[in-house]
Amino acid sequence: MTSTSTTSPAADAVEHELDLTRPSGSRTARNGCASAFMVFATLLAVIPLVWVLWSAISKGIGSLLSASWWTSAMDSADQAKWGALHAIVGTIEIGVITSVISIPIALLTAIYLVEYARGKKIARVISFAVDVLTGVPSIVAALFIFALVVTTLGGHQSAWAASLALVILMVPTVLRSTEEMLKLVPDSLREASFALGIPKWKTIVSVVLPTSISGIITGIVLGLARVMGETAPLIVLLQFNQYFTVNPNTPTFATLPTIISNAYTQGSADTPTVWGAALTLIILVMGLNIIAKAISRRYLRRMGK
Amino acid sequence: MAKRIEVKDLNIYYGGFHAVESVELTVEPRTVTAFIGPSGCGKSTVLRTLNRMHEVIPGAYCTGQVLLDGADLYGKGVDPVAVRRNVGMVFQRANPFPAMSIRDNVVAGLRLNGVKNHKALDEVAEKALRGANLWDEVKDRLDRSGASLSGGQQQRLCIARATAVEPEVLLMDEPCSALDPISTLAIEDLINELKEKFTVVIVTHNMQQAARVSDRTAFFNLKAQGEPGRLVEINATDKIFSNPTEKATEDYISGRFG
Repeated sequence: MTSTSTTSPAADAVEHELDLTRPSGSRTARNGCASAFMVFATLLAVIPLVWVLWSAISKGIGSLLSASWWTSAMDSADQAKWGALHAIVGTIEIGVITSVISIPIALLTAIYLVEYARGKKIARVISFAVDVLTGVPSIVAALFIFALVVTTLGGHQSAWAASLALVILMVPTVLRSTEEMLKLVPDSLREASFALGIPKWKTIVSVVLPTSISGIITGIVLGLARVMGETAPLIVLLQFNQYFTVNPNTPTFATLPTIISNAYTQGSADTPTVWGAALTLIILVMGLNIIAKAISRRYLRRMGK
Repeated sequence: MAKRIEVKDLNIYYGGFHAVESVELTVEPRTVTAFIGPSGCGKSTVLRTLNRMHEVIPGAYCTGQVLLDGADLYGKGVDPVAVRRNVGMVFQRANPFPAMSIRDNVVAGLRLNGVKNHKALDEVAEKALRGANLWDEVKDRLDRSGASLSGGQQQRLCIARATAVEPEVLLMDEPCSALDPISTLAIEDLINELKEKFTVVIVTHNMQQAARVSDRTAFFNLKAQGEPGRLVEINATDKIFSNPTEKATEDYISGRFG
């Protein structure tokens, strides 16, 4: 308030009643409408989710509860004794091969981009290429590997080839998430380490990576969960197999997604075995997601401290 | 252990931008030298050239000489990593390594350079933490994360970490600017003790602090807006604050500008 003003503004103000009641009519009505619509939309989004999950559980749980599901393949004459061991092992095996190839490539590239090439033109070019690769549909990756391995190099379908196609899908996602995690590490930590006379590679290994490791692992697990459910590369690069095998070099190799696609092509999609495979796959992917959540929660807690 | 620093005709650039122009100065062993001056005048930039931290920023480089007891830090074949082992640095914002315990933070410089002897490292950690007046506060929780300490404690942890590698020179870039007065006092007391062993160069915006802790003071300023920064005057702290040679120095310390 300035010193020249002698009367207080309140004295000049026109007296009026204070009205705190909720306004009736259009505002309340619109509010109610919007709320109802939001709840409706949420239900609409949740219904298919619950429905799918419910179908998979109710129709597949029977298969999962029988002991043969976890101990035998589909080679018995008696369909009741069929199991998915070969497909579970196959899916996990392809996941492991894919991870072993993808993780080093993705990590080393991300480290190069963030720690060594930051701000350089090459980093921008590679980043752009990674963005494009992230959007590549899985069927395109599958066709590319088929053309390369089978047509050009004269090889044959195999779990190796399927894994290579999945590598094309996994590397960009893991690379991108690792890059983001490394960028979150403050430069002040790198400078603190340099100022102690610690060489750059040691700074990266002992300061930068430990600071961001949980986030990096979360990204890896989510990337893996994503490719575990991919089907197109497995259809293109593998033939279905009823028998148990761990040899990744054979063209006939079973996985959980191809149990489903194979049954469909044979006109028997709605069977307990198919739903069992679906449920097992959901459990596998959900397990990976839960692991990722747990790790990232630990990470957030530490960074928040 | 402490060494003399001589800076000769130092020009510093960020890409095409000429940040600091022809600095000449000498820092005597076992003294505290304060760099003062308005924001953007290049005092932190000069400080960072003294242990080759400047070049960590992409595009940054400098010309001229920085001599540590006669050896040119920018000479041919000089390893910046080796320079930084001898010229340590404490930053404006405390930056303990969040993934390491308090103890591991203190001995990080030794441990990551290959020292493995646990007993020796424990001794170094205790000595450095005592030197940083932090031992009594943390001795019961050495395995806790460095991030669990208060801001002032974190900064003293960083000083302990920098002194644990026993550098010849300790550079401090506004070490108290993010701290409350009590923590500031603790660190100023610490600087007074540190100069018995180290050569200390400190950048500060706080002129009382420069007057309290330093033996000599260097005043930096911009010639004009957009021009490179330069060293206006370096002299005994008493003289700078009572009877400076340059008019610009007097204007600055008496608060007439800046």
